[in-house]
Amino acid sequence: MTEFFWLIPLFPLVSTAILALFGKHLPKKYVSFQACLAVFLSFVFGVISFIGLQNAEHGHAALSKTLFSWIHSGNFKADLTFQFDPLTAVMVLVVSLVGFLIHVYSIGYMSHDPGYKRFFTYMNLFTFSMLVLVMADNLILMFVGWEGVGLCSYLLIGFWFEKHSAAAAGKKAFIVNRIGDAGFLLGIMFILIHVGGTEFGTINQAVSGGILTPAVVTLIALLLFVGAAGKSAQIPLYVWLPDAMEGPTPVSALIHAATMVTAGVYMVARMNMLYTLSGTAGNVVAVVGALTAIFAATMALTQNDIKRVLAYSTISQLGYMFIGCGVGAYAAGIFHLYTHAFFKSLLFLAAGSVMHALSGELNMQKMGGLRKYLPRTYYPFLIGAIAISGIPFLSGFFSKDAILTQAFAQGNYFVWALGITGAVLTAFYMFRLIFLTFHGKERLEPEVKKHLHESPPVMTIPLAILAFFSIFAGYVGLPVVFGKNLDFFGKFLEPVIHAGHGHHLSIGTEWLLILISVGVAVLGVFIAYIFYLKKTEIPHNLVRRFPFVYKLLYNKYYIDEAYNAVIVNPLVRGSEAVYKHFDLKVIDGAINGSAATAGWMGKVLSTFQTGFLKDYALIFLLGAIILIGVVLF
Amino acid sequence: MNIPVLSIITFLPLACALLLIFLPKEKTSLLKTLVLVITVINFIISLTLFFNFDGGTSDPQFVEKAEWIGYGIHYHLGIDGISLFLVLLTTFLMPLVILSSWTYIRERVKEYLIFMLILQTGMIGVFVSLNLFLFYIFWEAMLIPMYFLIGIWGGKRKIYATVKYVIFTMFGSLLMLVALFFMYNLYYKATGTYSFNLFDFQNMILNPNIQIWLFLAFALAFAIKVPMFPFHTWLPDAHVEAPTGGSVVLAAVLLKMGTYGFLRFAMPMFPDALMKLLPYLSILALIGIIYGGLMALIQKDIKSLVAYSSVSHMGLIMLAVFALNFEGLQGALYQMLNHGLSTGALFICVGILYERSHTRLIKDYGGVSKQMPVFAAIFLICILSSVGLPGLNGFVGEILCLFGIFQANQMFAILAVTTVILAAAYLLWMFQRVMHGPITNDKILKFPDLSAREIIQFVPIIVMMFWMGIYPQTFLRKMDASVTHLLDTIKKKEVIFARSQMAPDTVLPQLLLPPDVPEILEEEEAIIR
Amino acid sequence: MIPSSYFIVLSIVLFFLGALGFLIKRDLITQFMSVEIMLNAANIAFIAFARSAGSLDGQIIVFFVITVAGAEAAIGLAIILLIFKQKKTIKTEDINLLKG
Repeated sequence: MTEFFWLIPLFPLVSTAILALFGKHLPKKYVSFQACLAVFLSFVFGVISFIGLQNAEHGHAALSKTLFSWIHSGNFKADLTFQFDPLTAVMVLVVSLVGFLIHVYSIGYMSHDPGYKRFFTYMNLFTFSMLVLVMADNLILMFVGWEGVGLCSYLLIGFWFEKHSAAAAGKKAFIVNRIGDAGFLLGIMFILIHVGGTEFGTINQAVSGGILTPAVVTLIALLLFVGAAGKSAQIPLYVWLPDAMEGPTPVSALIHAATMVTAGVYMVARMNMLYTLSGTAGNVVAVVGALTAIFAATMALTQNDIKRVLAYSTISQLGYMFIGCGVGAYAAGIFHLYTHAFFKSLLFLAAGSVMHALSGELNMQKMGGLRKYLPRTYYPFLIGAIAISGIPFLSGFFSKDAILTQAFAQGNYFVWALGITGAVLTAFYMFRLIFLTFHGKERLEPEVKKHLHESPPVMTIPLAILAFFSIFAGYVGLPVVFGKNLDFFGKFLEPVIHAGHGHHLSIGTEWLLILISVGVAVLGVFIAYIFYLKKTEIPHNLVRRFPFVYKLLYNKYYIDEAYNAVIVNPLVRGSEAVYKHFDLKVIDGAINGSAATAGWMGKVLSTFQTGFLKDYALIFLLGAIILIGVVLF
Repeated sequence: MNIPVLSIITFLPLACALLLIFLPKEKTSLLKTLVLVITVINFIISLTLFFNFDGGTSDPQFVEKAEWIGYGIHYHLGIDGISLFLVLLTTFLMPLVILSSWTYIRERVKEYLIFMLILQTGMIGVFVSLNLFLFYIFWEAMLIPMYFLIGIWGGKRKIYATVKYVIFTMFGSLLMLVALFFMYNLYYKATGTYSFNLFDFQNMILNPNIQIWLFLAFALAFAIKVPMFPFHTWLPDAHVEAPTGGSVVLAAVLLKMGTYGFLRFAMPMFPDALMKLLPYLSILALIGIIYGGLMALIQKDIKSLVAYSSVSHMGLIMLAVFALNFEGLQGALYQMLNHGLSTGALFICVGILYERSHTRLIKDYGGVSKQMPVFAAIFLICILSSVGLPGLNGFVGEILCLFGIFQANQMFAILAVTTVILAAAYLLWMFQRVMHGPITNDKILKFPDLSAREIIQFVPIIVMMFWMGIYPQTFLRKMDASVTHLLDTIKKKEVIFARSQMAPDTVLPQLLLPPDVPEILEEEEAIIR
Repeated sequence: MIPSSYFIVLSIVLFFLGALGFLIKRDLITQFMSVEIMLNAANIAFIAFARSAGSLDGQIIVFFVITVAGAEAAIGLAIILLIFKQKKTIKTEDINLLKG
């Protein structure tokens, strides 16, 4: 069975094609059934291939299948080759499992939407692209998936395109991503020139063979990271992700939390040989990750839109994953990616469930006390919040701890400190969200309250499953303090990921670090408890005391405005000026000027043209006489 | 096989045009159907070229040669891997152009069809001529129907646009004509025989100082056609004013004549001049990429936006051509086809919008997607193909072009990559303003979605977009030999050596040894032995 | 035998008579006749030279000229007729359609 692993991405592709061409004539129920089935089949084949991979002989821990050669031209070669190695296996399982659950959830969430069929078509297309991205065996094919998910993200953010903001957000996402893609493309070019191929195996050999000079490695790694920063919403290209919340909530959960935005992390982990070799690039990744983690967390503090808080939280968590990759703990970064996929999609889906119950209300200030109305939403939400805050024994705790411990072990104390600070903020804003939404006074609009209802099982069951994974997914990668060989996750990835240079900490230090991170998490929760349940006047006082800070945070540091003022507007204005003054005046002016000159000369000369036959005859005769004269004398 | 396929596909449209003259002009649907059938038949005939084409050789195939006027002016046709697909592109698009004009053109339908058919003969003739005199005749003949297409069926400023177009093009081609006769004369002086044969001209080893002037004359004609910055201003005007069918042909095929001219004539005939001027040409191409992109960003008229996007895309193609390496040339060739498909399709899309509301201004639209979902999907695919989304045709060409440029000059490539961002920015921004958002104009509420005819005209285009994006090998492999040969011609070692021996004031060219050099060498070796 | 110069002089005189007539006369018909005179003046010159050179070329050209003159007369008269129909005049000073 494992030899059919290449079918994994084809199920959603076939389904997309059917839905796109014949969707109009298919019954609604069948459309969603087929869409879910396709993703489920991918998951099943993923599991089968995963088991096959486990049983494979040591050293043959990768499946590979070339479907056909795609582009060959001179030195340029890209094949349609899929592979399935441990890293791919993790990604495929996460994508197909979370994807499947979100597809199921969408059946309920989108049930009243007129674009129901279109939605499932896009979702299937997305799943296909994402699977291509993670199963590609070379960078060019990966780029196909990379752009494909970008396209789906564009389509799904702008799903409700009648809304101005949604259409604008989709376009913004695509263009900002394209900036990253330009860097990615250049990185691919450099690899092609220096390595001669973009297959991961070839690159690996070239790097370990020492063909590349350190400067080149750094350059390539940084260019690829530009691409990763675009896709995974890191500084300075994160601006599209908060706006992306204009899309339907399942989209936010699948694309903008669990899968697509982690593509950058996956790519960095996939290219780990480069980042391991180039200390500079690794450091840049770690520092950008750490800065993003804390920067996004501060922006999440003051937002009132429930989905935007989660969006900033996603950016922040992606920052953690990059910290992991930057300090050489790729397995830890991927581990966090894996746990994050569960708890963040859980949080989004639960938030979607809240919105569903409140007729689309997003503002937390108009919620409160929902716990008793929506118990089946509340508990999963709470589990997700605990998991992301890093409270012990839920999945997020293990993965975040693994990253921070590694950062500390590498001696990157600055990054570690930022990470820890970010952890306090994470716990704080997550529980601020919980308390404002589910606890405290009811601040619902009366109209909204009338329609208040718990979501149907088709939505709450996926929540329950995701909650289960949010709790237990972390147990496949326990830290060393619990025992020597319990990090199954890291071991599984070992064939792909070059183990870092063993900076092992003493057990005592590890325990200390764990205690610190648990301490800050609890501290964050505690502050949130005081602020939003016990002494609710504190936040208001703070706002009054530091209006500047509040405004700055509330307006997200005015980054969007700054980008508009510094980049977008000058570009548009400048182009307009050039168009008016250069294109129309100088170039066209020159052309029209010479035409006008010719016309003027014609007019002057045409005064000889009297129109009287005799004048012509006279001139003719004189001309003839002159000519004869010239010939004769 | 002695069927003169090339002559048939070249002159079948002309014959049909002659036939049309004798048919009554009132029966427009009969005329349209007839022309559609003929163009489809022509396409089917041209497919035999594709299937019988041997990708393993760079020699011209399907050659037809006959005495004509004398004095070196022969009727000489043939295609190689470079012209094959351009011919196919022309025959492929023509039926679609006719379909797209089906309801758009309401007046003087007969004349319109006749001009379209003459235009097709001219276009195919340009691509298949191997005799430069013949080439020049087709080159100029093409201008006349286009002049009328814009001048009669155009928009408000049609006269200005069409005269500008003709004057621009004429200006360049007259210089080319002078250069052509200069070379003809040189060839006669050097050999004592007359020739306009392309290969004879290629085998002349000219003094580099003379080459520069000849190259400039040829290059100007082609650069105007491409159009390269700063000779591009006729394009937006011509596009904006031309009827849909005219725009499609203009963008898809006529612009390719410029790049084709560089590849076929200017570059292999004057390699030294090319090498000397390469940096300047590359910079012009690069400016074209960025300048076209920025100008497209701020256009208020959809058609002129697409026209400026052509300037940008053609700039990328030219830059890849000037990279002078295999990947760049092949990518440029491929991208020429892609540009023909995607920009042609975009103009059809704009035409569909225009037919419904009679405006091309972006601000008059908004929320069209709601009214026309099928059209929205097709329009988006065309835009994505133009943006270069992987899986569609644009990506294959774009990445090969960029890779070619990258190998030649990394700085240029880094600047050229901005096209990836700019293309997405101007096209998607336009798409958002036209298709998305709330419906602002009551007219839009009355827009019908695509009719069956309108969908059918897109089907072949979209199928090709996917095919060329997913399995480009079909096309690339047929080009290989010709691209290699072209590169060899430009960089031929013995030619460079011979030229380096030339005194700076030599006027008469030397002649390259006939192509059977290896045999001569073998004979010499035999004698030595 | 009469020397060629006699014919040439005749030809020149006839030609200038024709030219003068064309320039002085006002109506198209007379002008047209003047043109015919000029053509025939040229014919005389051709014949004269053909005779003195002993070749037939000149005479052949004369045939051409006569043919062309015939055609010209047909077209020219038709044009004049049309002009008269439209303008009700054939005075040249009333017609300046070609004014630039």
